[in-house]
Amino acid sequence: MRPLFERFRQRGATAGYPVVAEPAPSIARGFPALDPALCRGHAACAATCPTGAIRVEDGASGGWRWLLDLGRCVACGRCAEVCPTEALRIDPAYEFVYPRREDLVRSVTFQATWADPLPRPAEALRVRIHTIFGRSLHIRHLDVGSDNGADWEMATLLGPVYDVQRLGIDFVASPRHADMLLVTGAVSRNLAPALTHTYEATPEPRLVVALGTDACGGGITQGSYAAAGGVDRVIPVDYYIPGDPPRPQAIIHGLLVALGRRVAVAATRDRVVAIPGPQGGGRTWKGSPSG
Amino acid sequence: MIETIVAPEDLRDCVASRLGSGYRPLTLVGTDDRAAGEGFAIHPVLLGPGGATLAMRAPLDRNAPRYPSLVPIAPGFHWDEREAQDLLGIVPEGHPDPRRLVLRAEWPPGHYPLRKDFRPDQIPPLPRDDSFDGHVVGGHEVTEVPVGPIHAGIIEPGHFRFSTVGESILHLDAQLFYTHRGLEKIVEGHDPLRALAVAERCCAACTVSHAAAFSLACEDAAEVTASPRGAWGRAVLLEMERLYNHVGDAGNMCSGGAFAVGAMTGARLKETVQRALDRLTGHRFGRGALVPGGLRRDIPMEVCTEIRRSLGAWRARIGDFRDLVLGSDGFVDRMRRTGVLSAQAVRDLGGVGVLARAAGVDVDLRRDRSYSPYDHLSVHVPTQSAGDAEARFLQRIAEALETLEILRQLLDAPPAGPIAAPVPTAEHPGAIGLGAVESPRGACVHWLRLDGSGAIDRLRIRSASFANWPIVPLAAPGNLVPDFPMINKSFELCYACCDR
Repeated sequence: MRPLFERFRQRGATAGYPVVAEPAPSIARGFPALDPALCRGHAACAATCPTGAIRVEDGASGGWRWLLDLGRCVACGRCAEVCPTEALRIDPAYEFVYPRREDLVRSVTFQATWADPLPRPAEALRVRIHTIFGRSLHIRHLDVGSDNGADWEMATLLGPVYDVQRLGIDFVASPRHADMLLVTGAVSRNLAPALTHTYEATPEPRLVVALGTDACGGGITQGSYAAAGGVDRVIPVDYYIPGDPPRPQAIIHGLLVALGRRVAVAATRDRVVAIPGPQGGGRTWKGSPSG
Repeated sequence: MIETIVAPEDLRDCVASRLGSGYRPLTLVGTDDRAAGEGFAIHPVLLGPGGATLAMRAPLDRNAPRYPSLVPIAPGFHWDEREAQDLLGIVPEGHPDPRRLVLRAEWPPGHYPLRKDFRPDQIPPLPRDDSFDGHVVGGHEVTEVPVGPIHAGIIEPGHFRFSTVGESILHLDAQLFYTHRGLEKIVEGHDPLRALAVAERCCAACTVSHAAAFSLACEDAAEVTASPRGAWGRAVLLEMERLYNHVGDAGNMCSGGAFAVGAMTGARLKETVQRALDRLTGHRFGRGALVPGGLRRDIPMEVCTEIRRSLGAWRARIGDFRDLVLGSDGFVDRMRRTGVLSAQAVRDLGGVGVLARAAGVDVDLRRDRSYSPYDHLSVHVPTQSAGDAEARFLQRIAEALETLEILRQLLDAPPAGPIAAPVPTAEHPGAIGLGAVESPRGACVHWLRLDGSGAIDRLRIRSASFANWPIVPLAAPGNLVPDFPMINKSFELCYACCDR
């Protein structure tokens, strides 16, 4: 009886998410966010990024464009440390899930004068798979070369604190029983055949979700002889959940968005701003970062 | 670190005499030194009594690199030699099992990705089919049971081929390196900070250990030590990593034996510790917390105070968890005498960590090759003797409680001063560094060499899982196939930091 009483004494462990918001700690290692008022186009961030996730392109008449690819960004935070104008800060937000690979790229365009915002891409019609799967989703986990971070967080979802079964979500032992493949890792050479075979063994309709930065766009494996550079290089992907690894709440958020049960946090993917500073200011730096 | 030059033909005698006097394998690295006008080289490193480290370098031929294999006298180097053969084309002559290890049969012969002249256009297209090249048992009524690489639960990929008679396992061959990502090649040419971002991402569950081992290797190459506060913070995070792994792994053993209450209690404990680590570092696995020289940013003292206050409650919860599991006769029966490893097998094959200590082999780098600040702490190393799954469960609990004691010592005396010391790698071109820390799974060893500009010329990561995986199949024969999930979870080795 004592173990039973002890369980009662400890009370419930399950967290309130997704009903109650659970912000990450303020010092959390999230993705970088650019403050356009401070950016001077030094591109020190692009030079230091270990995965080439940040690019700074030259624009017309002294303008420039800053791009961040969440399929490559492993949230190491080095960019924020090297930015000479402190234009980058690390944003602890984590609720990210996108239906297209190109949605993972955010950009800020610095123009000499204000211009109309870039048109948002037309929303493609998506198959409303959630009406077929209803309130119950069966997932097959597939590790195709991850660092085991996203996989441990996925296992955590089945624990007492996150308990995704209360949301009608469960993990199954075989792809034959699955509605969704939740894929982690950049697709190593040695697992590419297993990925294809598992995909083929999953009955239609099926959803494929790339979980974690490595799965979304190769992440840390850029240029490797032994990795394909992302799940969508091998099989079609329906949703991308970036993160290194995504927090358990971020995985829950992504799954619920994929099911149409939660609305994705609207992200301003592409912004156009004026070059900051007095009288247009301008770029204080141009050329190679070492120069 | 200074290397001793040994002729390849003398290497075996040299290693054999040291092994006879109490040394044990630490790592073995192959390098391509042709750009420096030399040939290839093989670098065995041994750890001796009193923390003495013997680093050797055997220069090999430029065109046909080969040397007498060390495996007949040092079986612990079994996989290291096969890996160097796959990735660098360095042939260990007389190796008892020279099959491919990291690359599969689909990879064309004669292309060695870690050679400096390997070109991206030599990468063949992705394979369409998997292959198995392992040892099986033939004969009447022997059945082969293939399992993986995609498993039924949320675990990492590996292929296990059981040869069975009825329910009993006769033989097990494990094919790993499914998650090989070529990370050691990626960091070549990176400056140390950029390489660290890759090195600490080779495995999430051992993030802090890899970051610490890499940092120690950089400090060794640059002939500096971490700042006192940096070393202190590093140890706090290493012990937090050990704690969440040990309670989580003990809980996972319960799920391997269908003991749900135990699994959930372990998972809840693990989440408590991981959330504390998150508040300390901003990352649930502690990524981005360390740099060569110490800490990347200071860890918040108010969280340290909170953790210090929680240690008593954590101790009580771990004790309750242990009593809960040991109170279930059915589950204890599943663990006892299941997956037995003998101390002799562990010693012969160079086992490390929980696997070794649960079999009575008393190894722990925090004491055997002490690094700051463990040299100033009292580190008690518990051991068991049975070598079965139950001993590994008890060992994890005993170590978790010991970790609480080390955390108490650390949190009671935080040193002041700078969070990191400068590590001028650029002033030490060509230097070699070795970093070895005791990760939750055992010895995690990073060996690196700097190039002319202080960037990484070669990094080899030998995780505890790499050392221990060849030993796991020895624990299987004689057990029932349905007990293997429990046996495997009682070791709970990473695939990601073995495969890299």
